[in-house]
Amino acid sequence: MKHITINGKAYEVEDGLTIIEAAKRNGIQIPSLCYLEGVHEFGSCRICVVEVEGAKTLVPSCMTKVSEGMVIHTNSERVRRARKVLYELLLSDHSKDCLSCKRNQSCELQALGKQLGVEATRFEGSRSECVIDMSTSITRDMSKCILCRRCVTACNEVQGVGVINAQNRGFKTVIGPAMELPLGTVNCAFCGQCTVVCPVGALKETDSIQAVWEAINDKNKRVIVQTAPAIRVAIGEEFGNEPGSRVTGKLAAALRRLGFDDVFDTNFTADLTILEEGTELLSRVKSALTGGEAVLPMITSCSPGWIKYVEHTYPDSLAHLSTCKSPHTMLGALAKSYYAGKIHREPKDIFVVSIMPCTAKKSEIIRPEMTNDGLPNVDAVLTTRELANMIKEMGIDFNSLPDEEFDNPLGMSTGAADIFGLTGGVMEAALRTVYELVTGRELPFDGLHVTPIVGLDQVKEAAVTIEHPLPDYAFLDNVTVRVAVTSGLSGAHQLMERVADGTSPYHFIEVMGCPGGCIMGGGQPRSDDPDVRTKRLRGLYTEDEAKVMRKSHENPYIKALYAEYLEHPNGHKSHELLHTHYVRRGQFNELTQERFDLGVRSVEKKRDTIAAQAAAEAVAKAESKAHEELESVRVLALEAENTRLKAELADVTETVGFFKSVIADYASRDR
Amino acid sequence: MNNAQSHCSCCQQDGMEPFAELDQAIDLYRDKEGNLIQILHIAQELYGHLSLELQEYIATALNKPLSEVSGVVTFYSFFSTTPRGEHTIRVCLGTACYVRGGKKIVDALQKTLGVDIGGTTEDGKFTFEVARCIGACGLAPAMMIDDVVYKQVNINKLDAILSQY
Repeated sequence: MKHITINGKAYEVEDGLTIIEAAKRNGIQIPSLCYLEGVHEFGSCRICVVEVEGAKTLVPSCMTKVSEGMVIHTNSERVRRARKVLYELLLSDHSKDCLSCKRNQSCELQALGKQLGVEATRFEGSRSECVIDMSTSITRDMSKCILCRRCVTACNEVQGVGVINAQNRGFKTVIGPAMELPLGTVNCAFCGQCTVVCPVGALKETDSIQAVWEAINDKNKRVIVQTAPAIRVAIGEEFGNEPGSRVTGKLAAALRRLGFDDVFDTNFTADLTILEEGTELLSRVKSALTGGEAVLPMITSCSPGWIKYVEHTYPDSLAHLSTCKSPHTMLGALAKSYYAGKIHREPKDIFVVSIMPCTAKKSEIIRPEMTNDGLPNVDAVLTTRELANMIKEMGIDFNSLPDEEFDNPLGMSTGAADIFGLTGGVMEAALRTVYELVTGRELPFDGLHVTPIVGLDQVKEAAVTIEHPLPDYAFLDNVTVRVAVTSGLSGAHQLMERVADGTSPYHFIEVMGCPGGCIMGGGQPRSDDPDVRTKRLRGLYTEDEAKVMRKSHENPYIKALYAEYLEHPNGHKSHELLHTHYVRRGQFNELTQERFDLGVRSVEKKRDTIAAQAAAEAVAKAESKAHEELESVRVLALEAENTRLKAELADVTETVGFFKSVIADYASRDR
Repeated sequence: MNNAQSHCSCCQQDGMEPFAELDQAIDLYRDKEGNLIQILHIAQELYGHLSLELQEYIATALNKPLSEVSGVVTFYSFFSTTPRGEHTIRVCLGTACYVRGGKKIVDALQKTLGVDIGGTTEDGKFTFEVARCIGACGLAPAMMIDDVVYKQVNINKLDAILSQY
């Protein structure tokens, strides 16, 4: 424990806390901007500075640990004046079109200005250029960036992708991909975690609202909407509800009032995914156990950010991915085939909108693999945040809406589908169905929850031993099925290293691209509640437990779909509509045409041809000189090391000599 | 139960071959802290400039994100990402040279060479830069071409100097 004084009052606080944490625990708020507890404690914005007696300068309270006897002033005149100046300096290079900014009134910089009581901007000068980089998922507007580097932490530390970092120096510093390449041309997974942590309007999802309004207003279009499991426990936050509040009924009602013709539930195709993916798993395992060729572990494919990551990072391991499309593209494919037939409409007149907690799904829908008969399975993806904006724009009083149901036949789901939105959920849902199909008995876990894979740990694993299977599955008798679950791309990296080198002990792996799963997706509401993950997680488990049917194969509409249309899981029709393949992209996207198409390489190539002759000569010269020069560099390095060691030796010799003389001196005195 | 091949085949891609000489340097510095800058220096020494492809090669070899490598390359003015000219002209703009007319030399050279500061002439002969004091204040205004220092330069002497190259 440490004894400290804050603003004249004595406190006893735990060791190892930073000043801002110690203050917070004792009810003292220190204004801050870039600080994100436990994630980004970097001190880049300096807003959280405080005065510590005895320290020469003001210190950033997010990085300074408390020490015994520390006397801290969090709101002295000097501190308050410094904060205001710092704030004004941040504003001096910020485009101040606040009234027409997407983050108006949800901007942390704006809120901070109000909190600090800043009423003037005294520093006007050069401004960073406004360069807008619009990829299919994420839009970057660097004129709004305040260089807090939260996104850098999210991308490098949290997700371990490292696609954005600070480039250039001083006033020219921008946060972006290498050499300021557009985000769409590099190995960005489009997970959108950067858009969640951005305090201002610099990073946001690429807008789809306009396209959706146009479709709704088009009389010739049948506009179908579907909503992912994670939306129902998060969108309430946008209307002042506690994180994790279950607002499924109001969500369906709001979608209907926005003018969508059919309000379906992606949960329905989550149930369908379990049957397709479970069947795929069983056939792979059967093949492996009966001497055939099969790629195991099989890995889930619901998360398009994860898919893009693996296509970039492990292009040689794509056969491990389940061939199932993500649930919302499955629903889109069925809406334009099975459902189109039922309502006698041409597939081209159907417009499918997906409400997703995800930014990566905006890119997923334009993949050529996600089409059937030349039509995209899904036409537009809105994030949870975008949907909330539309509901507000429409003047709908969300909280006083009645609870309504989803439409059938693509709207009913079991509890297994609800937990698709959280880490471990797809695995649990799959085990509930696969175990019962194989043994004829219910999964032997309390409340059907596979306890070892419940929770927010980064990597979780479980083993289920199959005993007394049904005759069809005799090959599984006494087989222990090993599964692993991870969420977040750095966890995925840990599991994939072993998959890639062939030492992974698992049969089935669930990966979700965002830490915690879809409930914490890149398109979800931004929250300052530290327990937001747990609350949303709890919300979805409760949604599951509240349902009568909790196993995907019990869904009567799924049974009807197979009976009327698809015939059986992994059948011909399923493969055509519900399954896909993947693309080798490479670490720098070098295995695709994208970079060339977008002219990134061609610019370099053109410049190269201009200086072709000189360059060719230089290369030839460089090549011949290369070894020689490298050798000389090494010789220089060794020589330098040699000189340093010689000097060190001389020093040591001198010291030894000195001590010898001292000893001799003492020895002679003794005599 | 696994038939996966090893990942990351990018080092064997065609575009990567030309940088093989760098491998020795990378091996030499692989486990040393702060090795990136050393390797970038050697790479620039070997290939003249740090192209995107070269940065990709280094990022792969060191298992670092490309954006981090590029972040370092673009931070330090010593590193160049575009091909450099055969000779480098550096006009000193330290205090002494500045007050004795260094700026005029810069303006004149910009016109003569037809490039901005940091640019390379179209024929690939000269890269034009400015320096902040080259430690030859007694010779102000001074400029360097490669390792040769030219003292008390004025705009009338420029053509004669440049014609030597």
